[in-house]
Amino acid sequence: MTDFTPETRPNIFLRAWDSDIAYSFRRSPLAIVAAVVSLIIIFAAIFAPWLAPHDPFNPASLNLMDGFTPPMEPNAFTGNVYWLGTDDQGRDIFSTILYGARISLFVGFMAVLFAMALGITLGLIAGYRGGWVDSVLMRVADVQLTFPSILLALLIFGVARGFIPPAYREAMAIWVLIVAIGLAEWVQYARVVRGATMVEKNKEYVQAARVIGAHPTKILVRHILPNVMGPVLVIATIGLALAIIAEATLSFLGVGVPPTQPSLGTLIRIGQGFLFSGEWWILLFPALTLLALALSVNLLGDWLRDALNPRLR
Amino acid sequence: MSDTLLSVQGLTRHFDVSKPWLNRVIERDDRQYLTASDDVSFDIRKGETFALVGESGSGKSTIAKMIVGLLEPSAGEIRFDGKAMDFASGAAMRTLRRRFQMIFQDPFASLNPRWRVGDIIAEPIRTFGLMRGEEIGREVGRLLEVVGLSAADAAKFPHEFSGGQRQRIAIARALSSRPEFIVCDEPTSALDVSVQAQILNLMRDLQDEFGLTYLLISHDLSVVRHMSNRIGVLYLGRLVEVADAKRLFTDPQHPYTRMLLDAVPDLALSGRRRTPVTGEVPNPINPPPGCAFHPRCPHVMPECRQIQPHSIPTATGTAACHLLGQGAPRAQQG
Amino acid sequence: MPTPLLSVRDLVVEFPTRRGTLRALDHVSFDIAEGEVLGMVGESGAGKSLTGAAIIGLLEAPGRIAGGEVRLKGERIDNLSPEKMRRVRGRRIGMVFQDPLTSLNPLYTVAEQLIETIRTHLDLSEKDARKRAVGLLDRVGIPAAARRIDDYPHHFSGGMRQRVVIALALAAEPELVIADEPTTALDVSVQAQIIDVLKEACIERGASVMLITHDMGVIAETADRVAVLYAGRVAEIGPVRDVIQAAEHPYTSGLMGAIPTLTQTADRLTQIPGSMPRLNAIPQGCAFNPRCKHVFDRCRRDRPELIARGGGRHVACWLFDREMEKADV
Repeated sequence: MTDFTPETRPNIFLRAWDSDIAYSFRRSPLAIVAAVVSLIIIFAAIFAPWLAPHDPFNPASLNLMDGFTPPMEPNAFTGNVYWLGTDDQGRDIFSTILYGARISLFVGFMAVLFAMALGITLGLIAGYRGGWVDSVLMRVADVQLTFPSILLALLIFGVARGFIPPAYREAMAIWVLIVAIGLAEWVQYARVVRGATMVEKNKEYVQAARVIGAHPTKILVRHILPNVMGPVLVIATIGLALAIIAEATLSFLGVGVPPTQPSLGTLIRIGQGFLFSGEWWILLFPALTLLALALSVNLLGDWLRDALNPRLR
Repeated sequence: MSDTLLSVQGLTRHFDVSKPWLNRVIERDDRQYLTASDDVSFDIRKGETFALVGESGSGKSTIAKMIVGLLEPSAGEIRFDGKAMDFASGAAMRTLRRRFQMIFQDPFASLNPRWRVGDIIAEPIRTFGLMRGEEIGREVGRLLEVVGLSAADAAKFPHEFSGGQRQRIAIARALSSRPEFIVCDEPTSALDVSVQAQILNLMRDLQDEFGLTYLLISHDLSVVRHMSNRIGVLYLGRLVEVADAKRLFTDPQHPYTRMLLDAVPDLALSGRRRTPVTGEVPNPINPPPGCAFHPRCPHVMPECRQIQPHSIPTATGTAACHLLGQGAPRAQQG
Repeated sequence: MPTPLLSVRDLVVEFPTRRGTLRALDHVSFDIAEGEVLGMVGESGAGKSLTGAAIIGLLEAPGRIAGGEVRLKGERIDNLSPEKMRRVRGRRIGMVFQDPLTSLNPLYTVAEQLIETIRTHLDLSEKDARKRAVGLLDRVGIPAAARRIDDYPHHFSGGMRQRVVIALALAAEPELVIADEPTTALDVSVQAQIIDVLKEACIERGASVMLITHDMGVIAETADRVAVLYAGRVAEIGPVRDVIQAAEHPYTSGLMGAIPTLTQTADRLTQIPGSMPRLNAIPQGCAFNPRCKHVFDRCRRDRPELIARGGGRHVACWLFDREMEKADV
């Protein structure tokens, strides 16, 4: 098949640097800080096994004597120093945060991908077909919107656990969580994509494709989809922050990932038990990490929304 | 053997413009329909340019869309080269579809902004499976040169071109399936005059070169005068007059045609006397009874308010006006 | 010679962008005499609407006036404070825009909008203002004006709405009305009516008109003089009849040949090759030189100023420079 990509073109990085989006990014200090913070956390999470000074999930490496070490102070018994202290079982808080962020981000990304796939597909179909298909899908969406999404995720999580045999519950928990959060968030994508599809499908380039009898699936995927992805990216970024918080909330409520694989939310739940006994660091550092992650991703989403909005440019 | 390429018989299209069901029940309203095209019939001969002119609400774009299958007719028949067009039958339509194409009004909306120009032009070739591999690239380059651009433009995106150049790209796309018939829906109304002249000249050259037949949809009488052989004048979804282009401008039969001609600004500053134009196009949802033009017509007669006039043969076409058939009703009265 | 009503001298409008400053209007000069209709014609991007916006102080940021001056009856108005400019707008300069739907507030009746405008600028009682408003609507051809004045804008058809906008522009007896594409959104058969109403109502009330349009036909029917803009510069200015029938600037004459007419039956239209340059790529010298068939060295080097040709005509083209003619002889 002939490819119309030019053979000689300017360096892709140069072109990206010169684009309007990149320009808007360079002009927004808040976006730069948010991007740096997110990237550091994401990088640390991905490379946790190599970056973490301890493996908090290897019981053999744990020493109960190290428990409750305050940050930056030598342990009273062993003399070991931990940057952010340790918890009741002597696990290094810094390491648990790295591993926790890894799980939080994994769940967040997967949930967003799931919600996106579902929302985009249904939104495209509803917007393009219209009629009763649209009515049914959008009424379902409306009904779902009347429930807080965290309640919905709780419900889905509960129902799913009922179906899964106890032996697999632990292993499947993380996937159930992803599906629960994804199902709770698809509506936003579907609505935005449906609206944009309804605008695009009446544009003349879509009519031109229909005149030659192009298949509807091809029109949807090749013509309309690329043109509705802008707003989807914005919601996806903000949705990532929301999904991370939803995961933390569920884990905090004790219905999320099992304590053997603690996410940031699980860490906060564990930590709050020690808040009033004086071991504040067990709660504070995971909570700060969650805050920094959710806030910076959200700020990035806000910036992206403004940058993609031609009216504000 | 007939040289008619496209034949439209009794083409009618209603749009349901009712309020939502709940509102209708509460407000005790009936369903409302807009008749965008009402029993429209005309033939287009091979190699000619047939124009449909009209103001907003005349149904000219609706008719164009029905002809290329973007809208389904509520009633009536479209025959292309003697074969009835049935857009529901995929396989049978596939071969017919290749033979007609459409050029749209807005060159900024008619090209997918995310596609390279080469892919845009190649889309019909690929969809109809006309060529494969390297051949497509060569054909796209050739088409670009045919419309006055360069083959290297295939690698660019639409936003790198001006409005006139984009319309050239749209024309190249329309030509790529080697059609015989092209529906041109206000092809220059979004363009500046100097660019309009380029596009109109290009369309004429292409017509000569490839033996194309055009259906030109326009609201601009000067453009229509310049481009077409025969003209149909639409008013509120009805075809009020069809005539040869020259005849229509020198000897308009329908009062509405006359009024449209009078409304065109006189660039020659000849100081020709013009009857002042009055009134506006009424709401097409509730068109006036009888002849839809009667509230604005300077020659209105009692029967115009009640009886819808039929098309009556004229020197070079037809016209639907009671004035023309005056002989008949008078005779009946006497 | 009496002071013109509006005098624009060397008006420069610039848009700073991150890729450099774009000059959208480049030393535009023209006058409008009292009671005169000046047509301003040009293709999209030529700067005709921008000229109107700059005169009434409604340039959209980041656009700004970077040079030149605008005088209304001899007083400078381009450097007024926004507050003072607002008083000039409406009171001394009325405006008619392309889309009648957006020029009227859909939430208020026509009466409310007219009366408010009248009373903002003129010292009249509610009752007198209403009487005046009905008179205005009647003048612009709204049937049963006394009754229809209490309707909302959406009760009016497109053409009727544009009539209301014209009444609104005339409400405070302005000296100048700037009409920006007043007929472009309307049907062919309505355009002619609106143009007539606009011209007659304004002239009757002693207001001059600056008519901005891309449609030469509208100019031919309405204007006394016409200014042709190209790439932010005045290419030619003069009495309508002269410019239309014997255009001197190669751009204007090309443009006139490009317009299909009802009477002319030539097989092909004259065409000007290429298109107007984008603001970031205006060539050196005469902006039209890459498309001009009479181009010579000087056109590529120096920018031509407006050259007086007698009879109130001015052409920015080196073909008409006396010095050159002398040199040739």
